[in-house]
Amino acid sequence: MATLKLDGLKKSFGDTKVIHGIDIDIAEGEFIVIVGPSGCGKSTLLRMVAGLETVTSGEIQINGVRVNDLEPMDRNIAMVFQNYALYPHMNVFDNMAYGLKIAKTPKPEIAERVQTAAKLLQLEDFLQRRPRELSGGQRQRVAMGRAIVRRPAVFLFDEPLSNLDAKLRVQMRLEIRELQRSLGVTALYVTHDQVEAMTLADRMIVMNDGVADQIGAPLDVYKNPATTFVAGFIGSPATNFFGTDEVTVNRNKALMSAFSDAERAVLEKPATMIGVRPEHLQVCEPHDAYLTLSVNYSEALGAETLIHGKLPMGTAITIRQNGHLPLPEGGQELGAVWSENSVMVFDQNGKRV
Amino acid sequence: MLLLLPQVLVTVVFFFYPAGQAIWQSLFISDPFGLKSQFVGLGNFEYLLADRFYRASFATTAIFSGLTTVVSMGVALYLAVLADRLIKGSGVYRTLLIWPYAVAPAVAGVLWLFMFNGRVGIVTWYLGLMGYDWNHVLNDGEAMGLVVVASSWGRISYNFLFFLAGLQAIPKSVIEAAAIDGAQFWTRFRTIIFPLLSPVTFFLLVVNIVYAFFETFGVIHTITSGGPQQATTILVYKVFSDGFVGQDLGSSAAQSVILLVIVGALTIVQFKFIERRVHY
Ligand SMILES: Nc1ncnc2c1ncn2[C@@H]1O[C@H](COP(=O)(O)OP(=O)(O)O)[C@@H](O)[C@H]1O
Ligand SMILES: [Mg+2]
Repeated sequence: MATLKLDGLKKSFGDTKVIHGIDIDIAEGEFIVIVGPSGCGKSTLLRMVAGLETVTSGEIQINGVRVNDLEPMDRNIAMVFQNYALYPHMNVFDNMAYGLKIAKTPKPEIAERVQTAAKLLQLEDFLQRRPRELSGGQRQRVAMGRAIVRRPAVFLFDEPLSNLDAKLRVQMRLEIRELQRSLGVTALYVTHDQVEAMTLADRMIVMNDGVADQIGAPLDVYKNPATTFVAGFIGSPATNFFGTDEVTVNRNKALMSAFSDAERAVLEKPATMIGVRPEHLQVCEPHDAYLTLSVNYSEALGAETLIHGKLPMGTAITIRQNGHLPLPEGGQELGAVWSENSVMVFDQNGKRV
Repeated sequence: MLLLLPQVLVTVVFFFYPAGQAIWQSLFISDPFGLKSQFVGLGNFEYLLADRFYRASFATTAIFSGLTTVVSMGVALYLAVLADRLIKGSGVYRTLLIWPYAVAPAVAGVLWLFMFNGRVGIVTWYLGLMGYDWNHVLNDGEAMGLVVVASSWGRISYNFLFFLAGLQAIPKSVIEAAAIDGAQFWTRFRTIIFPLLSPVTFFLLVVNIVYAFFETFGVIHTITSGGPQQATTILVYKVFSDGFVGQDLGSSAAQSVILLVIVGALTIVQFKFIERRVHY
């Protein structure tokens, strides 16, 4: 168990800046998820904490001790890789015992620790098998086991579930969370999957091109996204963005009622964007509407329906409504309103006002 | 069937026919002028196996191919490990190491011979300065050392390329996982990298032994001609010296047959091992 602190952490590969300065204080036992699209620098950040990449500038502290210049093995961390990185020529037992053997742990203790981990991960029957004789889910568990037996201060995960099929992913997600809770180990977890981030994180770091756009608890981030990027990335289907020129009917009411003074001040500026989540839009009578859209098509998913359409100036828009409501057809004209306190305003830099 | 015909023909003409000839000839003794020959059954083989020089040649071959294999593979692996750590798309290092392979072994032999020449060789000269009197024309060990080095030299790049490909095929994350698990470089090499390289190593082992057996003829011929005495006469060289120089065709043919058996055995061993070892 440990605290972890990143202070002004930056990374460049040659002249290419990849991480532009990350600051976060992570408490003991906290589960932090780094989420963002592919190529935004998540793995690089994690690998710096692991000691697999050098730090260009800034500081990493584990338990208050600067670890920038320590070898990976001296940082008291364990890492689970996307491709599991099991030792292919060793059986499951030896895979898990490898680190302990190197640390010259007494044999009986190694056996005991590996057995405990194997039991926890339901791997007891597979200890003599080689990795290639295991399913994806079992390999994943072995990788977890290898991390657990060393009793590290910090767990690092780099997209550990992305090679599994959807169903197994959901199951392993729960197992990882439970395991981390029960062991109380601080965890740093990288994923590009916002659902994984929402369900696992105590707090998440939403990364956008090497910048932490927002750090916060999942629901806070969902409710109060700091930038258009965060609003678009967290939540599915993505938040709708449109300019004020798309608000055509009941324009005064629409623009005056729903916004704060600060928001109204920037509302009429050119690059200002209004953001509304699909679940905060409702279909309504045309004369009550703030927005009018022409429907392209509807997706009936059972419990809910997604209506995809176009606003008058051509911006694409999605409405998410309850599955028992009537299904609009392609070509139909619909009116829509947003529910109160649900619209967001972003300035020309994409920052929330 | 018709499509197979060329291949069958080639195999018959270049393998079965000479092999058949060799087996046939090994059963006869011919007179020095090749005018008449006499059937002796397995006499040539009995004579050979009783021959002190032939048995010594077995030992010479074992020592020579063992040393050549170990030297060329050892150096190649060492260089490959170095290169594997450096490689980030820079082709220069790799290209530099390929060129000795392109130098034909015989040329390499001449070069080495020249460097170690008693009067003008630069290495001999340096050794002389350091108080060592190099003379591979008279000294068995020095002659062996020289042909081993000259033969290994040409193989290093070939082995290097295979080792490097093998190293690059090991996922980087596996090595990183071992580093996080606390393994220092040498421990990682011993417990992860070398075991994962074992299929490549085994393949190279067989290829290099076969090379040392059969393709070092040029090197030996140019540097030592099998001497001093018979200190560097490996089996293949003896086939040549007994057959062409000594004109003992029957004995030479019998030696070829024995070599044929050895190659066959090596091939079988290789296939058996590959079946078992390649996938861990
Ligand atoms: N060793 C490296 N050398 C140069 N560029 C790199 C290296 N590793 C990663 N990058 C670059 O850094 C950026 C972030 O990569 P990465 O951290 O792997 O992203 P993510 O894990 O979020 O997909 C990418 O543009 C990638 O090309
Ligand atoms: Mg990544």
